[in-house]
Amino acid sequence: MNMIKRKVKCAIIGSGNIGTDLMYKLLRSELLEPTVMVGIDPQSKGLALAKEHGLTPVYNGIEGFKEIHEKADIVFEATSAKAHLTNAKILKELGKKAIDLTPAAVGPFIIPSVNLETSDVTNLDNVNMVTCGGQATVPIVKAISNVVNVSYAEVVAAISSKSAGPGTRQNIDEFTVTTAKALKEVGGAKESKTLIVLNPAEPPVLMRNTIFVKIEDHSEELYIQIRESIDQMVKVLQDYVPGYRYKSEPVFKGDLVTVQVEVEGMGDFLPKYSGNLDIITSAAVRTAEIMAEAMNKEVKING
Amino acid sequence: MGKQLVINDVTLRDGMHAISHQYSKEQIAELTRLLDDSGVDIIEATHGDGLGGSSIQYGFSKETEDDIIRTAVENAKNAKVGVLLLPGVGTIEHLENAHQLGAQVVRVATHCTEADVSEQHIKAGVRLGMDTVGFLMMSHRTSPENLLEEAKKMESYGAQTIYVVDSAGALTMDDVRSRVSLFKQHLSTKIGFHAHNNLSLGVANSIVAIQEGVDRIDASLAGMGAGAGNAALEQLVAVMNRMGISHNVDLYKVMDAAENVMKPMMVRPVQIDRLSLMLGYTGVYSSFLLFAERAGKEYGVDARDILVKIAEMNAVGGQEDWIIGVAQDLAKEKQIKRGIEI
Repeated sequence: MNMIKRKVKCAIIGSGNIGTDLMYKLLRSELLEPTVMVGIDPQSKGLALAKEHGLTPVYNGIEGFKEIHEKADIVFEATSAKAHLTNAKILKELGKKAIDLTPAAVGPFIIPSVNLETSDVTNLDNVNMVTCGGQATVPIVKAISNVVNVSYAEVVAAISSKSAGPGTRQNIDEFTVTTAKALKEVGGAKESKTLIVLNPAEPPVLMRNTIFVKIEDHSEELYIQIRESIDQMVKVLQDYVPGYRYKSEPVFKGDLVTVQVEVEGMGDFLPKYSGNLDIITSAAVRTAEIMAEAMNKEVKING
Repeated sequence: MGKQLVINDVTLRDGMHAISHQYSKEQIAELTRLLDDSGVDIIEATHGDGLGGSSIQYGFSKETEDDIIRTAVENAKNAKVGVLLLPGVGTIEHLENAHQLGAQVVRVATHCTEADVSEQHIKAGVRLGMDTVGFLMMSHRTSPENLLEEAKKMESYGAQTIYVVDSAGALTMDDVRSRVSLFKQHLSTKIGFHAHNNLSLGVANSIVAIQEGVDRIDASLAGMGAGAGNAALEQLVAVMNRMGISHNVDLYKVMDAAENVMKPMMVRPVQIDRLSLMLGYTGVYSSFLLFAERAGKEYGVDARDILVKIAEMNAVGGQEDWIIGVAQDLAKEKQIKRGIEI
């Protein structure tokens, strides 16, 4: 028996690394169909690839998208925080659901393994995907704060220089500030800090995160519960980011839990070392799929 | 060499590494007064890893960032107080706060090949009217030509002075000469040099940099700084006096401050020993010293092997968290080897 699923149509604003990687992931989705890619540079490789894969390329930015907006119901923003602040309003007026991969944080933070189910995304018209560092580390902090109070969470994200594009480099404060905010708001830590280091080593290093968590209570029994909780969270993450794994065994020492994880990308468009970009595009696609399922249900009910 | 050399003291910033960021307010006040009175031009006072550096990763400082800066500002009558900022660690918000507290100099530090992360921070320093410096760390990790390209980026953002920074104390005298002379030929900014003494070249490299025409030199009392320390201020001043290099620092005053005040404050002597020498030899960021030493003890492995591995992995400044992983791996290898022997 093979039911025909109606795929929800998606547009991608931004034809850079992230936008193009998103397209490949959407092409694989059973629930989503990429239909439009919006860029501003006619020479961009992303737009050429989009055309090749049957998407409608738009070369004159959001203005061009307005003319064909009925081609998409969900819109991914893969430009910059500044651009999204303008585009968010337009997309809302057009009645689109926006999934924002910039640190603009117009909508609430979504970390699929943590709060996708409880966030009622089907009724939100704009959601924010935090940062790559946030997608990789907030779930671990949440897994710990589910067991015991977390007084402080600190993240050190190391990414290869090659995977940090001009957007990240020019807005490095936004990365650390937004990630730290999500560690508290979504991860459940009372205080937080985020550090990011760009490493130029060749061959490029995989994205690596060290997560230091100060817990308010500790015992051997709690350590076991915490370990089970983070093991489970890692499995949930692996469901949509297969290259997510422990870099070393979690270390428990007094009130400090140290977890190191690395993220190997799927190598869709970006090389495998760009796990940092992969994790945020994967999270965005997962979020859109949940929206799509709900939209399909609505259709059934209405129909 | 008619012009006056600017001495940027780092006792209260790089020196923070050597004391695991544990200077008390009283110590900061005393050292600031002595340095100020000795005639140094700039006193840098921050957590060793700069604004926002107080953390599990690098160690929490004993005093708050505000108290460190405020104490230095209150006790410096003539010298300007400076702060260090590593984009990715500190933010523009931290910088604005430091400026409000009275800091007049900011040094924006990046790894030698990553200057473009400093654009916003350098521009913020300029906007605040601060003496704004670009600080290219681990300068041995790239060629003089590439380093110049990165320096030009910082120049284009508005940095008024740009430093060749030998964070690992790994540059030899010719390495310093080639980098500084290229800066001198092609940059319109002022130029500075920051040494570490891991290969016993702290003062010698600084003198080479001065001969090649730098405008600023970093130094600290008794070399108080990460690894085997920086160029020792009193030693540098003695050599500069002998060579007729013009500066503002009083030799006896810094000799006395180093001997009577600085050295008794040291927890681990700041010196060239097998481990700090190894930093220079392998080209590893100097603040990794205490972390590697601790990890070596904890996991029962030779800390020198940790540094060799860290160098192979091309860890950059700020990646102290990699050390534990390396120590764990080495300990595992050791166990496996033993198993084979049995």
